[in-house]
Amino acid sequence: MATDATATSRDNRRNATRRKRWWAEVGWKYPFAALVIFYAAFPLVFVLSASFDERGSLASASQLFASFSLVNYQELNDTLFWTWMGNSLVIGVAAAVGAVLMGAAAAYAFSRFRFKGRRTSLTGLLILQMFPQTLAFVAIFLLLISLGEVVPSLGINSKLALICVYLGTALGANTFLMYGFFNSIPAEMDEAAKIDGASHAQIFWGMIIPLVRPILAVVGLLAFISAFNDYILARVVLVSQENWTLAIGMYNWVSDQLTARWGIFSAGAVIAATPILVLFLSLQKLIVGGLTSGSVKG
Amino acid sequence: MSTDTEAHAPAPHKEAHARSWQGLGWGFIVKLLLMMVINALGVAAIMSAWNAEAWAILAALVLFLVVADWVYFSKRFLPLKYVYPGLVFLLVFQVFAMGYTAYVATTNYGAGHNGTKQQAVDAALIQAEREVEGSATYPLAVVRDGDTIGFAIGDEGVVKVGTEEQPLQEVGGSLDDSGKPTSVDGWEVVPIGDLLSDQALAKEVTDLRVPVSEDANDGSLRTREGSTAKIYRSSLVWDPDADTLTDTDSGVVYSPNDRGTFVGDDGSSLPTGWYVGVGLENFSKAVSDPDYAKPLLRITAWTFAFAFLTVATSFLLGLFFALIFNDDRVRGQKTLRTLFILPYTFISFLTALVWRGMLNAEFGIINDWFFFGADIDWLGDPWLARLSVIMVNLWLGYPYWFLICTGALQSLSSETMEAAKIDGAGRWRQFRSITFPLLLVSTAPLAIASFAFNFNNFNIIFMLTDGGPNFDDTSVPLGATDLLITAIYQISGVQGGRADYGLASALSIVVFVVVGIVSALAFRQTKKLEEI
Repeated sequence: MATDATATSRDNRRNATRRKRWWAEVGWKYPFAALVIFYAAFPLVFVLSASFDERGSLASASQLFASFSLVNYQELNDTLFWTWMGNSLVIGVAAAVGAVLMGAAAAYAFSRFRFKGRRTSLTGLLILQMFPQTLAFVAIFLLLISLGEVVPSLGINSKLALICVYLGTALGANTFLMYGFFNSIPAEMDEAAKIDGASHAQIFWGMIIPLVRPILAVVGLLAFISAFNDYILARVVLVSQENWTLAIGMYNWVSDQLTARWGIFSAGAVIAATPILVLFLSLQKLIVGGLTSGSVKG
Repeated sequence: MSTDTEAHAPAPHKEAHARSWQGLGWGFIVKLLLMMVINALGVAAIMSAWNAEAWAILAALVLFLVVADWVYFSKRFLPLKYVYPGLVFLLVFQVFAMGYTAYVATTNYGAGHNGTKQQAVDAALIQAEREVEGSATYPLAVVRDGDTIGFAIGDEGVVKVGTEEQPLQEVGGSLDDSGKPTSVDGWEVVPIGDLLSDQALAKEVTDLRVPVSEDANDGSLRTREGSTAKIYRSSLVWDPDADTLTDTDSGVVYSPNDRGTFVGDDGSSLPTGWYVGVGLENFSKAVSDPDYAKPLLRITAWTFAFAFLTVATSFLLGLFFALIFNDDRVRGQKTLRTLFILPYTFISFLTALVWRGMLNAEFGIINDWFFFGADIDWLGDPWLARLSVIMVNLWLGYPYWFLICTGALQSLSSETMEAAKIDGAGRWRQFRSITFPLLLVSTAPLAIASFAFNFNNFNIIFMLTDGGPNFDDTSVPLGATDLLITAIYQISGVQGGRADYGLASALSIVVFVVVGIVSALAFRQTKKLEEI
């Protein structure tokens, strides 16, 4: 009995020190994680709460979930929100599809063909992509004015023109990201397909593209987000309200402190951000892979 | 796909795929259709460039179209078939745009110098137009043909029609008792009620000038209300041979100077000019003009500070979190990681706008929740605004570095760490001598890329503070949190205010150079060239 008692007390003591050590090394990380999550999430929770706030002002939104009404969401229908959302989606999707197709085609050429000037062109692309296109917005503005006199659908205030402007960065920004990925697919597969009688186009569309889908998704998403986020070029190109994107329209809702409409802004923000948030989280793994190869999300 | 047809076709291997008539597959037909569309659009654009007399655009269009047909219908240039579409966009909207920026930087393009000399002359003539004294009043009907608006007047019993391009000429039609045209052959008469209800149409009508005849000195018809027209004539007369404009009322003769302005012999000048080359004046203006020099210097310093601090703070915070939570003993790591990167998944322009609301001095929740309702003017005080911008960008940026650092930590070889442990290195020593240097090697290129990105982070500044609070010791609308790119945006005047495309472009060139140098460093770091 006596030995039993000492054993239990020794066990207890050991458990106590182990628990202490656990707290010191691992346990504290849980409350700390809660803090980090609070830091990461409170602005988002605030937006969500403000979007349900009946009065739709900043002052009334400081109390979380004090009221629950869908009035802000209904009011969105009286604004141009859905038009802007449509514009942003159309422009973003077109820019993303274009960037993916052009980038993939160029990466295929650089990865699979050996031609004169290949090295020079690759270096040239690498140098070009360092210079941000947005800085040339004055020149783009003047260029589109001149283009518009010839082809009105490519002039100022045209969504098509804005898409073309975004496509200007497709080659520089994406070729390198994809080039590395394309190189990781063994060239022997191409050879085998060639012997079977496939043309270069068939190899590209039928074999390579299905194999590189992950990188296509990353490039597409990044191109979409950068078009969706762009303010400066969109503002310069798109003049009339019906052609605005979300970035221009929603900025205008809250830029003037006196007339700011935080209620509908919050509702619009929730609607605009949720699909991308879900998309981003579901493609998380792919995107992290893309990030480490050097792309920066705007 | 068309593998079967092509595989079974006897392949002489001499003919180009594109021209082969033996192995017609879907691919060829699709290509043919696409090229037909592109050629049709291209030719249409070339014709309209011809009509608009835009020779540079015409030349570029012809070149692009010819090369496209050459590339896609010949057997050679295989790589170009894949690169060409992207290359065209790259050349026009990136390479040309950069070159054009450099050109505009050497001109005085901007407000008051907004076009060619001919455009300036035309504008001056229009601006000097006055109603001709004693001019007859003509009964007027506004007419339209599709999108073209014209004027129809009754002139002594006959109907005359003209448009902006086409001087007045007689056409068939009928007049009512007051002499006003009621029907005009080939044109649709616009009811006067439409002018009252349609603002845009009304403006188009009051802006319309219909030349009376081919001779510009005969003047033109204009209307104020849409039912009567009078003859207007410019008080200026353009003499192309002497290269002067003469004011017929005052007798002042205006001649062009080398700054792109018409200057009169009495010392006055006309408001509209044209743009001319000014050499490097825009660059020297940025450093010597008292209105610009000091603010721009401060903005440049802040741009460097902002880009550096924002990368440093978010890197350190991300690294800190990564070190703590890269621990297999912590359960639910996947969920935690997803929750940690929430800021990264939120659209960034919305982030900045949301924080703009949260940092509001009176009603914002930052003051309300964390500072007991104090009235701290986060965005109104220069230093607090700078702090706010960095804090908001920290919130936005740490998840990126958290992800990067977690990845980098996991790829560190465990053997090195074991060896360090056996050698008796403490945890701090391990971190300082092994983990951190290894991390820096793998993340330095990304840090430089991030620096270059934040150097031009227009959205965060524009959405959060608009560059404000404004400097109070200068007249230009620049402020304490303005980055170079937001300053360029302000100066360019594309959003309103006085436009100065020349100075804006010159500053763009300066930023290009800075970003180029920074990226060149990254370029050497990443060793991407070695992979080629």
